[in-house]
Amino acid sequence: MKLLKNNSFNILTFFKDNSVPVMFVLICAVCIPVAGFPLQYLLSEIITRIGRNAFLILALLIPIMAGMGLNFGMTLGAMAGEIGLIFVCDWRIYGIPGIVLAMIISIPISVLLGWLCGTIMNMAKGREMITGYIMNYFINGIYQLIVLFCMGSIIPIKHSDILLPRGYGIRVTVDLINMRQSLDNLIAVRIGMIKIPVFTFILIALMCLFIVWFRKTKLGQDMRAVGQDMEVARATGITVERTRIISIIMSTVLAGFGMIIYLQNIGSLTTYTAHSQIGMFCIAALLVGGASVDKASIGNVFLGVILFHLMFIVAPNAGAAITGDSMIGEYFRVFVSYGVITVALAMYEAKKRRAKSLAGRKLAQAQKEEAK
Amino acid sequence: MGETLISKSTLQKAVQSFGLPRLIIAGFLLSLFITAPFVGSNFFTQLSNTINRFGWNAVLVLAMVPMVHSGCGLNFGLPLGIISGLLGATLSIEMGFTGFASFVMAVVFCTPFALVLGLGYGWLLNKIKGGEMMIATYVGFSSVSFMCMMWLLLPYKSPTMIWGYAGKGLRTTISLEGFYSGVLSNFLAIRTPHMLIPTGAILFFALLAFGMWAFLHTKTGTAMTAVGSNATFARAAGINVDKIRILSVGMSTWLGAVGILVYQQGFGWMQLYMAPFNMALPAVSAILIGGATVNKASIINVVLGTFLFQGIVTMTPTVINNLMMVITGQGLDISEVIRVIASNGMILYALTRKSEVTR
Repeated sequence: MKLLKNNSFNILTFFKDNSVPVMFVLICAVCIPVAGFPLQYLLSEIITRIGRNAFLILALLIPIMAGMGLNFGMTLGAMAGEIGLIFVCDWRIYGIPGIVLAMIISIPISVLLGWLCGTIMNMAKGREMITGYIMNYFINGIYQLIVLFCMGSIIPIKHSDILLPRGYGIRVTVDLINMRQSLDNLIAVRIGMIKIPVFTFILIALMCLFIVWFRKTKLGQDMRAVGQDMEVARATGITVERTRIISIIMSTVLAGFGMIIYLQNIGSLTTYTAHSQIGMFCIAALLVGGASVDKASIGNVFLGVILFHLMFIVAPNAGAAITGDSMIGEYFRVFVSYGVITVALAMYEAKKRRAKSLAGRKLAQAQKEEAK
Repeated sequence: MGETLISKSTLQKAVQSFGLPRLIIAGFLLSLFITAPFVGSNFFTQLSNTINRFGWNAVLVLAMVPMVHSGCGLNFGLPLGIISGLLGATLSIEMGFTGFASFVMAVVFCTPFALVLGLGYGWLLNKIKGGEMMIATYVGFSSVSFMCMMWLLLPYKSPTMIWGYAGKGLRTTISLEGFYSGVLSNFLAIRTPHMLIPTGAILFFALLAFGMWAFLHTKTGTAMTAVGSNATFARAAGINVDKIRILSVGMSTWLGAVGILVYQQGFGWMQLYMAPFNMALPAVSAILIGGATVNKASIINVVLGTFLFQGIVTMTPTVINNLMMVITGQGLDISEVIRVIASNGMILYALTRKSEVTR
């Protein structure tokens, strides 16, 4: 059916189905010449940002498969990753071993947080997204309690250079200089000015392969069944609640790894703010790539990361060139990020409602015919 | 001492029907009031602070009520109403009104914005029944970030509001001294050495709250409650569900607009740009702490919730700080963290309750 449609290529349906990416291509097409960046700079920035963000965005795919929508709770994993990095920093373990150890430390924390998040989402079925979103704020409070008050006083931190001057609590910025880009530089290929972090790309590719493989496993199939219809899945003997919790746990753990990859690229950890926007940016990027709340592919991830970050790079300069005020561009890109999420969520809910009423009408029609 | 009585009856009520989180929060506040004198903070100063902040915030919390009644859920889109209020306020100052007149004109100017935006917002929420809260959140965020651009671009001229050196673009914070700073709070205010009761602000809230109560008992108000408790029955009874929902969203938005004006007159400053961003969550958690659920809220919930929430906001910094000083010998400002955990925990709790009606 879909193939047929593609063959008789209908421009109108194409635009309707891909309205968000098309809109972004247009925005970028206008902004890039106005901003006046050299192509080489843009390319190198985009490559850096794919390496930085793609893994995090991939972590969103699994809950979408399980019908739990966009996992606004991925921030929980990011916090777990940060805690891992703080410990590694304190223990003075440098480079790749440090990153691997940070990932290992993040796993149990992510699993615990993911389990908690999944359990609470199961109690709030149909409101998973807003629950995940509030969960961010809630766990952020606990994160602050631990990092700002317990670390150094209850949880031993050996080196005072990552502590606040008062003797407990982690500094606002933790320097990750010894881990900075150690994954990216492991196998780095330079083409002119452009550095390609091959090893990070290999990790991302492995992650993509994992997701492709995972979709075909029993658990992956179960998740898709749960995503299609919870009641039907339950009737076929799938433990719905457990499957949903597992999907959130997986997403949280992967988000933890993603956050560590993200931070090793940046090279420093802003302890209390690094995670606060990460969920929003990742979700916006995924949606820009053409994903919706109930359907997302690996292609969406990469298209999204390229388009969204292209807009992000050029918007301040383009805004300055057009209006004479660089703040306009800054605000514009924030507005676009939120706007795209709003539009995508609204389109999804409206579609869901239409489908529901259509199904209702069909049922009524069938009943009427039966009565005849 | 009247306030301890209220807290006590709160506790009793809490035991009966509030559920564990509210019980914990009410108990926490009560213990704060009891501890306060022992750690050297004056009880009456604390109480006065709480009442003042109650005056600032109560209308914003009241703005939750109509949407909860009509089944639209908690109004996470409150920033949209706040934006309308800010437009009204800036216009009023731009036109050169001062003193009490600037407040009245701000309310007048914000009304058309609130109604138009509320109408659009209500129309959108009707298209997406069932997913209101998530989309409301992002409608709020998008409108705030959109207005960030507008504050820079709109041709405001008043020298009290724009950046001095650039000669254009509104400042991030604007002093309301000479405009409507304190116009409600200072009206008939009762002053004692340790206390200041903002009678005017409380009366203004009481007026709006009474209006809301009266409205909910009119025919349209009853219809609104009916839509909220069971939309299918309401439709069967001949109520235009979509229209009622739009009306409720419009009311919520307008109350949000007036609410921010009341907040500003107490605070003394107008905050633009990203400031409205995080103003929805405190209001949401306040009404939930007061005993509301995702689809049920009353004026009592608003009053109790705002008092409890603002009590925690004002009391924790001083009392906990002083307490830590007594125990550990050093100050420990843990209050912000406690507030974040308590208020968001409360929202989470409310979201996980099964709604009485499934749509």
